Amino acid sequence: MQTATASTSRIRTLASGEYVQRLLALGALIILLVFFSIIAPHFASLENYRNILTATASNGLLATGVTFVIITGGIDLSIGTGTAFASVALGIVAVNLGLPLWLGLIAGLVAGGVVGLINGALIAKLKLPPFIATLGMMYVTIGMAQVLSDVHPIYFTDPQPAFNGFFMGNPVAGIPNTVWVMFGGAIVAWILLNKTVFGRYTFALGSNEEAARLSGVNVDRWKALVYVVCGVFVGLAGIVLSARSSSAQPSQGQGYELDAIAAAVIGGTSLAGGEGSIVGTMIGAFLISTLRTGLSVDNVPQQWQYVITGLVVIGAVWLDIQRRRSRA
Amino acid sequence: MKLTRITGLAAGSMALVLVASACSSSATTAPSAAAGAPASAAAPASAAASGAVGAASAYVPPTDAGAAKGKTIAIISKGEQHAFWQAVKKGALDEAAKLGVTATYQGPADETKVNDQLNMLQTAISNNPAAVCFAALDSKAAGDLLNQAQSKNIPVIGFDSGVDSTIPVTTVATDNIAAAGLEADKLAAMIGDSGKVAIVIHDQTSQTGITRRDGFVNEMKAKHPNIQIVSIQYGAGDHQKSADLAKGIMTANPDLKGFFGGNEGSIDGVLDALKETGNTGKIVAVGYDSGQQQLDAINSGAESGAITQNPIGIGAKCVDAAIDAVNGKTLPKTIDTGFYWFDKTNINDPQIQAVLYK
Repeated sequence: MQTATASTSRIRTLASGEYVQRLLALGALIILLVFFSIIAPHFASLENYRNILTATASNGLLATGVTFVIITGGIDLSIGTGTAFASVALGIVAVNLGLPLWLGLIAGLVAGGVVGLINGALIAKLKLPPFIATLGMMYVTIGMAQVLSDVHPIYFTDPQPAFNGFFMGNPVAGIPNTVWVMFGGAIVAWILLNKTVFGRYTFALGSNEEAARLSGVNVDRWKALVYVVCGVFVGLAGIVLSARSSSAQPSQGQGYELDAIAAAVIGGTSLAGGEGSIVGTMIGAFLISTLRTGLSVDNVPQQWQYVITGLVVIGAVWLDIQRRRSRA
Repeated sequence: MKLTRITGLAAGSMALVLVASACSSSATTAPSAAAGAPASAAAPASAAASGAVGAASAYVPPTDAGAAKGKTIAIISKGEQHAFWQAVKKGALDEAAKLGVTATYQGPADETKVNDQLNMLQTAISNNPAAVCFAALDSKAAGDLLNQAQSKNIPVIGFDSGVDSTIPVTTVATDNIAAAGLEADKLAAMIGDSGKVAIVIHDQTSQTGITRRDGFVNEMKAKHPNIQIVSIQYGAGDHQKSADLAKGIMTANPDLKGFFGGNEGSIDGVLDALKETGNTGKIVAVGYDSGQQQLDAINSGAESGAITQNPIGIGAKCVDAAIDAVNGKTLPKTIDTGFYWFDKTNINDPQIQAVLYK
């Protein structure tokens, strides 16, 4: 059919641009790994690579979730503080109410999903700009997290020692289970994005929303769903963060959204929408963790760590713009 | 074309990292030795005050509100992030209720939000309270607002970090320099007075961040020359950040013997990092304040001890000092609310239990 060939060749054009960005990101990651191995003698160790993986777990999940949103041309600033809300939901159900842990985990995911649903409704139905809607929700989530927890951390001690033990236990290659959760989430996201109608519509919304609407796609519903999916990943990230600190911290996550968005953009997700990939996002997340860990192992002062990370992000976005300009 | 882009990005990053590494070798650690604690003039100068207890000063709190009765005292704290601040709040509000004054208590979401705190201070001053209690995230940034308070004849009482200015009539705080110095001595004793240690602390802009770091570093330099502080990292009191920073330090220094966590969030992160790397019990960790995770760690031996302040005392005494200021009493320059070193051996003593919080 005509539309099929047109869309296939279009996907091919898009794909080549994305592959370039992904290769760049992967190349930069490899160069960074080699570079830090040379200048910081203890960097190239199994222990350190495990540390990098562990440090990436929560950001990897957040970045994966927000990739969907950015592909549609939107943004979600509430993903950072949303983890606090999800953690507190988990804590209240599993600790304060004394219900079984698995119910608590579901509560965490649902809490994230609900925030996503509200975002989706504000953006798709009420037509609020994504930046504003999610900015407002950023404040609401951190506020509600503190209200519900009475501004006190909720600790997962007895009867839930299994919580920390499961997620931070490392039966496979000495790597904490949270890392496998991150990879698992990435695989699910990849399937969603590349093998389902949902994924195709996500790209369609980003490349040409009007055309999608005119072809009969229920734009509002699918757009809201994208934010819900992002929200569920936020819930999962909140669970992972809680597992690591064995507590629900009602003030956590502030600023985490920036690392997640940076990871997605470095990996080739275009802020203009229509392009992105889970593989690229994961590479971007690892690049940021590697950069941070390497700078910290090399004892670079905090101030310079901020500067360098910022410049790398700017460089990645600049390359993204160059690439699209050269194709247009 | 693709190749030049890859090399461009990589070369750029490497150049920057090289520059930063070069800067790091000269600019790391070495915080100013001229750290003179602005807030601890009255307290014992040396942390070789060997007792486990820092001397609480001889300030006598008021028993009656006098001219302040029924008036409002605005308290602006550094944050609500840690249970420490909730304990300060309880101490302050309970004391206010006891003496018949109204106290409002506000703080920004976390201890990096300097501008948010300044806005809160502005709002508080505009409402013409009888007095203001303030714990500055950044002492110098609040200068203009303090002048405003002074011109309105609103007395300012500094607490916790205090305020680096001549305007506050007193500062109610822990002598962090002495406390951190004592901590350094304790850690040194536990690792045989030699070896490598590292610090993970919240920031380098607030007085508590600066004084605890400097108190620790200076005591090590003065009394324990065989101990090397290999790294000082700032994690904003965020558990995850602090944990990742601690792991980076351990990677770079496999023979590390001890960690000093400068506030609750920092030591919690260090404890997580030790657990994740299997180093619990192998690397000595000492911390600050309390909180459930630290208390559990001290009971289990994962952490070897900590300095607790007296957060309820800080809250109560800043309300007391505010009432005294409204009544025109002269106040000492500092009101030392005391600190205690506690570990497994004395954690259950009643006087220690009274100042711990969960």
